[in-house]
Amino acid sequence: MALMRITSPHAHGAQRTDRVMLSVLIATLPGVIVLTHFFGFGTLVNVIWGGLLGLAFEAMALALRKRPIAFYLRDYSALVTTTLLCIALPPYAPWWLIAVGVASSILLAKHLYGGLGYNPFNPAMVGYVILLISFPVQMTAWAPPRGLGEVPGILDALRACFTPAHYDAITMATPLDLLRQNQGFMMEDLWSQNPQFGRWAGLGWEWVNIAFLAGGLWLLYRRVFTWHAPIGMLLSIALLSAIFYDGGSSTSGGSPAFHLLSGATMFGAFFIATDPVSSAVSTRGRLIYGLLIGALVYIIRVQGNYPDAVAFAVLIMNFAAPFIDHYTQPRTYGHTKAKPADEVEGDH
Amino acid sequence: MRKIFDFHGGIHPVENKHQSMQVAIRQAGLADELVLPLSQHIGAPAQAIVAVGQHVLKGQVIAEPAGFVSVPCHAPTSGEIVAIEKRKIAHPSGFTAPCIVLRPDGKEQWTDLHPTPDYLAIERHELVDIIRNAGIAGMGGAGFPTAVKLSPKPDTKINTLIINGTECEPYITADDILMRERAMQIVAGAGILAHIVQPDEVLIGVEDNKPEGIAALAAAVAESQAEIEVVTFPTKYPSGGEKQLIEILTGKQVPSGGLPIDVGIVCQNVGSAVAIYDAVVHGKPLISRVTTVTGEAVSERGNFDVLLGTPVSHLLAQAGYEKKRNRRLVMGGPMMGFTLPDTSVPVVKTTNCILAPTEQELPTPPPAQACIRCGMCAEACPASLLPQQLFWFAQGKEFEKLEQHNLFDCIECGACSYVCPSTIPLVQYYRAAKAEIVTLRQDHEKSEQSRLRFEARQERLEQEELEKNAKREARKKAAEARAAQGGADEDPIQAAIDRAKAKKAAQQSDTTKPESEQATLEASIATISKRLATAQEKLDTARTLGSDLVDALQIGVDKTRAKLEAAQLKLQALSDNEKPATTSTPPVDAAQAAIERAMAARKSAEALTPEQKVAAQRDKLQQQLEKATKRLEKSRESGEEEKIITALESTITRLQSKLADLSSAGQDS
Repeated sequence: MALMRITSPHAHGAQRTDRVMLSVLIATLPGVIVLTHFFGFGTLVNVIWGGLLGLAFEAMALALRKRPIAFYLRDYSALVTTTLLCIALPPYAPWWLIAVGVASSILLAKHLYGGLGYNPFNPAMVGYVILLISFPVQMTAWAPPRGLGEVPGILDALRACFTPAHYDAITMATPLDLLRQNQGFMMEDLWSQNPQFGRWAGLGWEWVNIAFLAGGLWLLYRRVFTWHAPIGMLLSIALLSAIFYDGGSSTSGGSPAFHLLSGATMFGAFFIATDPVSSAVSTRGRLIYGLLIGALVYIIRVQGNYPDAVAFAVLIMNFAAPFIDHYTQPRTYGHTKAKPADEVEGDH
Repeated sequence: MRKIFDFHGGIHPVENKHQSMQVAIRQAGLADELVLPLSQHIGAPAQAIVAVGQHVLKGQVIAEPAGFVSVPCHAPTSGEIVAIEKRKIAHPSGFTAPCIVLRPDGKEQWTDLHPTPDYLAIERHELVDIIRNAGIAGMGGAGFPTAVKLSPKPDTKINTLIINGTECEPYITADDILMRERAMQIVAGAGILAHIVQPDEVLIGVEDNKPEGIAALAAAVAESQAEIEVVTFPTKYPSGGEKQLIEILTGKQVPSGGLPIDVGIVCQNVGSAVAIYDAVVHGKPLISRVTTVTGEAVSERGNFDVLLGTPVSHLLAQAGYEKKRNRRLVMGGPMMGFTLPDTSVPVVKTTNCILAPTEQELPTPPPAQACIRCGMCAEACPASLLPQQLFWFAQGKEFEKLEQHNLFDCIECGACSYVCPSTIPLVQYYRAAKAEIVTLRQDHEKSEQSRLRFEARQERLEQEELEKNAKREARKKAAEARAAQGGADEDPIQAAIDRAKAKKAAQQSDTTKPESEQATLEASIATISKRLATAQEKLDTARTLGSDLVDALQIGVDKTRAKLEAAQLKLQALSDNEKPATTSTPPVDAAQAAIERAMAARKSAEALTPEQKVAAQRDKLQQQLEKATKRLEKSRESGEEEKIITALESTITRLQSKLADLSSAGQDS
């Protein structure tokens, strides 16, 4: 038998892309479980239905692009995209809304750009924003959390998804909506008047955020990503909300605790901003990227018109990622200082 | 305790070093044949100074260095040179290179050695010469000539001499076992090096995964009372890279594109230190080295003292190699080693390890998946590069971008490929891109040179043209001046033209054309006559046999005859042209007919009486005469050419005289 001729290195670490993706899927479990606990089976139905659609669309796109289907399906990247999208969607969303969202994510945002690794924008967030702009009513229909209303059962969840015409959705404003619509109440009064706010940031929401934080920390521990982007994002949200808290006055933007634990903050920080493909590449770049996402999240939440801001903030920063890369090239060994890529010329 | 610095990135692959550390260094023994490549180092290949058939002694120089950055090569044992030819060598490309092939005689006869135990007594540059002449090149794997590193510019101050005992690659234990077994030699070698470069401090750097080696070194240092510090630091790949080790021990970074000497540092491997000790104190050139043989496909893993040039197959046989279990044979470690094409390649000065893993041990890499820009490679890169970006640019052949992202600072340690979750062979991309850029640079340099050459040539031609014009102008002016003075001077150009004309006319006058034409015609007549004779013969045969071909042959004969006649006519005309006055024969066709008729007449006449003959001849002559007269009259009437008329007249005259002769003869008889 002839000896094999391959180049070094011959040893290889244990990390694999499919294992990275699987880790991310596992890390979403605490969050999904808590969401299901507070809001019922809607999210679970979303995730499963979206996952099936996602695999189908992925296979279709791969077939059209004449790529090996099984090889690429096994990297779980499509499942990660659809799971993240479906967690972000309101529970009890109709089947077609999910289908449109998944198609936008997989076909438009991912495969139209060349598939895994080539997409400049976070596919889950592209799907989310397309839905938010196209179907604002369905996209803002959040169910009341456990404790403030009836939590639908699994049959209700299936009916809501597949026969939406025969399902009467019960919706309730989220804490972020309430804060935005605040008309001159002091923070303390607002909290005491609205049971939705819960202890710190929103009934159910605070626990959902803590669950996603737990999943994210596990990923961090597993070295699936570095701390730079998520910590950067949380840091700037905390910083800005602290600056504009204004002692809890009627014009307050909300406390740091409120902002860190409401809406999609933790989910966005650990599962969306950490998407490596569409973010900046260097650690320094990722820190800046995270910081700016956090700032945009806060600004859009307080000044904008949308229920949450993570999707827009992330997409805007996706645009900025190459620009950040340009100015954050690390200082290479043996070079005197780090320089933007275009100024390195003449250095040799 | 000394302050230790950290370097960016790095990885912690499974070390797998204990397998080859179970036994002491063994002798690999004598192979049947030693193959010594002329280039076992970085720099110009050595030049062979032995001939095939020559007997050499152990340690004898068999190839001399071909320049400053080059080292000699010595016979590892005594024996006969059996070939100097191209052999497969240990190289990633598996190509062949000139090698000296030595067949050992088994006597191990040493050549004369010149030890210098008291090295402090001789000049430092002489010590460097000893090291150069001993053929020592970096034994850690790079193979840079050691003497070159020890010959800095005179005013260079060396702050730190580093002896590298890091050995960060998994599996390899050649340096580790040297430190355990030959610590004294290492320390002594370090002492010689320190004497040469005169540094402020001497450090031996060792990773903390080699406690026995560290202890042995510490003991040796204590015993020799040398001012040497053994420094240990946490194990991390690739801390044994020269640049990384320098950063760990001194916190300094070697400038991009520069050498350690630029920051006042000289770095030598422990193996080189031992070789230097042997060369100086014992006078022994570098003819053997310690090589690790390991991997699950060999049963007797361990370190061997092996003569340079020993085929890998011999070494593997000593270690219990199971060929069936091995699919990939690596020279060097699993991170930076390269695969061997087969086991015939020889061990050289840089061969620190032969790794024969099983498929389970080092599995074949799975197909590469898409890069998800996870950034793990950037985390691992000891040069602080962005490997994922380099990969992107390498795929797109964006060479400018690659250079902007400092591709050439990549040390090809393989850490990025090791951590890549998509198992992309990143280093392979960088090597290919580097090679392409180097080629492009060379091409660019070449085209730049030819552009300059072309421009220089253009300039030179223009200059020459200008000078010519100037000369011409000057000559013209001089001629004009002369014309104005003398007036009657003949124009030289006109004279030349006249001469040429005269010559041409002379040539034309003595042309030999008509004669040659005549010769040609005569030749062709001869040919045609021959052909005619043959054709006639054939025709006759055909007639006698009554063949169907008679008609065709007849036509052929007629045609040939017509040709012959035409040619004869032409010849006639030609000779008429030449001597029109002497022409006396009638046109050839008529003459031929006349001859035939005459012959026929003679034949019939032979049967007749002389009187009858004479009468017949006379009749004939009279007929001819009449004919000729008629013809003459006709010619005169139609105003034919003068010469024909003349010819006819002369014919008539001749016929008349003949007739007269005949009449008188008749009367006589």
